[in-house]
Amino acid sequence: MITKRTLLAGAATVGALSAFGFQGANAQTVDVLKIFVPAAPGGGWDQTARSMEVAMRGAKLIGGAQITNVPGAGGAVGLPQFINQWKGQGNSLMMAGMVMVGSLIANKSPLSLSQVTPIARLTGEFQALVVPAGSPFKTVKDFTDALKADPTKVPVAGGSAGGSDHILLGMIAKAVGVPAPKVSYVAFSGGGPAIAALLGSQVAAGISGYGEFGEQVKAGKLRVLAISADKRQLGIDAPTLKEAGVDVELFNWRGVFAPPGVTPAQRKEMVDLVSKMAASPEWLEICKKQDWTPITMVGDDYAKFLEAETTRIRDILKDLGLA
Amino acid sequence: MESLQHLASGFAVALTPINLMWCLIGCTLGTAIGVLPGLGPALTIALLLPITFKVEPTAAFILFAGIYYGAMYGGSTTSILLNTPGESATIVTALEGNKMARGGRAGAALATSAIGSFVAGTIGTLGIAFLAPVVVDIALKFGPADYFSLMVLAFVTVSAVLGSSAIRGLSALFLGIWLGLIGIDLQTGQARFTFGVQELLDGVNVIIVAVGLFAVGETLYMASRRLSGGDEIIPLRGSLWMTKEEWSRSWKPWLRGTAIGFPIGAMPAGGAEIPTFLSYFMEKKFSKKPEEFGHGAIEGVAGPEAANNASAAGVLVPMLTLGLPTSATAAIMLSAFQSYGINPGPMLLTTQPQLVWGLIASLLIGNVMLLALNLPMIAVWVKMLHIPAPLLYAGILVFATIGTYGISQSPFDLVLLYVIGTIGFLMRRYDFPTAPVIIGVILGPLAEQNFRQAMTISAGDWTVFFTRPLSASILAIAAFAILAPKVYELVASRRSGALIVKS
Repeated sequence: MITKRTLLAGAATVGALSAFGFQGANAQTVDVLKIFVPAAPGGGWDQTARSMEVAMRGAKLIGGAQITNVPGAGGAVGLPQFINQWKGQGNSLMMAGMVMVGSLIANKSPLSLSQVTPIARLTGEFQALVVPAGSPFKTVKDFTDALKADPTKVPVAGGSAGGSDHILLGMIAKAVGVPAPKVSYVAFSGGGPAIAALLGSQVAAGISGYGEFGEQVKAGKLRVLAISADKRQLGIDAPTLKEAGVDVELFNWRGVFAPPGVTPAQRKEMVDLVSKMAASPEWLEICKKQDWTPITMVGDDYAKFLEAETTRIRDILKDLGLA
Repeated sequence: MESLQHLASGFAVALTPINLMWCLIGCTLGTAIGVLPGLGPALTIALLLPITFKVEPTAAFILFAGIYYGAMYGGSTTSILLNTPGESATIVTALEGNKMARGGRAGAALATSAIGSFVAGTIGTLGIAFLAPVVVDIALKFGPADYFSLMVLAFVTVSAVLGSSAIRGLSALFLGIWLGLIGIDLQTGQARFTFGVQELLDGVNVIIVAVGLFAVGETLYMASRRLSGGDEIIPLRGSLWMTKEEWSRSWKPWLRGTAIGFPIGAMPAGGAEIPTFLSYFMEKKFSKKPEEFGHGAIEGVAGPEAANNASAAGVLVPMLTLGLPTSATAAIMLSAFQSYGINPGPMLLTTQPQLVWGLIASLLIGNVMLLALNLPMIAVWVKMLHIPAPLLYAGILVFATIGTYGISQSPFDLVLLYVIGTIGFLMRRYDFPTAPVIIGVILGPLAEQNFRQAMTISAGDWTVFFTRPLSASILAIAAFAILAPKVYELVASRRSGALIVKS
């Protein structure tokens, strides 16, 4: 009996709350936005989620946000929880990105991002191929020539195996005709240790998001051979890989998803909310500060992009022997 | 001289009332989260990141630095009193510290740990101010091959905690190495020993292993003993503070611990745990009473505690001089720099001198505050041991459970905690040492990854470990540490043999 009464009382409260929420909707699109971050506090996805809250509140789009972190294995631990426990919930978003696509494939997870509802791609970070200042490699060609001569003699540092850094190296190798599994990739547990290995000339080259290397490059301790962006970037004195004759382009993108089973209206509400945020001066300001390239893409376009990207990453991971 | 001037201007920044307040809040908060096993400084600072939208950078970093140092102080308190390490860097402290507490010397153990932390933290922070560029140059010379040799040296320390039977000790070590290998392999991205359990993909957290083996295992053991009668009440022996003898046995370990901790902390793959192992091993070797180790030797608390605080200072060296985050906490502090639009890198010292020197000055002030906060608290903390055993152990269980849940809010971690706790109980029951398990969990994967990185870089050439000067010297030290006592024994027994013959 008590259970039933509590349930009724609960239902009444929820009703009252949603009524208030509806009234509030005149001023703001969403009262409380729930964001699911399948990573630990402090990382890239978490920072993006928390910056979204700041931008949305600043632009008066939401009253506030509730952020839940479920860390583990590049998102592979959090995804099942988002799919099962958040199903059909409106006003909810999950952060994810290219890393998660790769991690799900590499871990042979039965789940994929096609099971959640794509809302928008938000930011991207292009990768950079760098060498220590004293390296004999002056151009991408020097690097690829050495790679072609003997890939085992060119150790390249980056983040965990199968991550975006490893994927880019695999793509470069493939583009210049070196068998991908032959490359000698040294995985470090993060940007810090990888840069330390580069500064100490323990490895021949390194790959990571440009942001990780930027300050070291400015200080003249590392040299950028090329970046993986689609065009030259202001303030970076290096060609794109394409310009350097390696037909590869890669963005380590981050985006948001709604849970599975949301109604078309709920989906549209989230697409509108995120589109408004992405166009707000508050958001652009944050992107500038954090060195994120805004590469907004919403709704159906994003869903198509995701499909193509998943195929591309699966192929390269297969080439690398990881999938 | 220039550094002194900068430091003086740093004090001018740090000594404003508002910044002192941030420092005090940080130290208090840090001590509190250090006490809880699951909450570490990295997580706390991450949750406080939004504060960077509200307060100015200097204040935020002073707060973060207080949390960082405070956690190192707090972590040792529970290690000593409850055998429940709050941080992975204070696991070694529990080995001798908890034995001291059981022997009635909890006050002295807490005091030597607090004062040792103060001494090491102060010397380490001065090291950041005056030695950073030199230390960082040396630290960068270490490549994976040299780290592997350093791990080999650290494995030598297992011999200090093996206990009576080498077979039991080594089986415990291999259990630890196996636990450490669970999860996704960094070099190939493949899952190992996860048995299809998603939650195991990121590996087993060393804090869960330590809390499970030490706190839960111990509690179950105590409960089982109680059934067969007998209830020990821990009496406080002697003075609450350190005796003259304890002082004279502490100060050298403090300095030696600092000397080991600071440079290793500054190394990109050094960390805070390895120096505590090395310091423990060194103190046991240098001690005039090595037989006390395992039964509450004060050197075994003083040395490792100094080592972990000095390494905490060391970690800030690559962060402030090169913008390199080499620990989780440093990485999150760097992301806070970014949200201020400050790009941490080799130019940080020249572009943001006020911030950096203000931070260094706050660390020195924070250390004094932490000592002042912690010493008077000792009298309160030791009262905890007057709690009747059933209540105390029930409390430890609650505490360990909440702390573990705090790590990632995952019910799976709780199951893991109690499984490991049961293993800990069985190990205790059948007289297996538990410390080698922890050494295995921490060192096993590090040694493996560095070995494989070294092999990839050298294209499979084994000789790198002997041809690189750093690596070769470290291996020589390791060989010396193992062989020297045996040779010494041999020579000594021959000599005394000769003496007997002569007389």
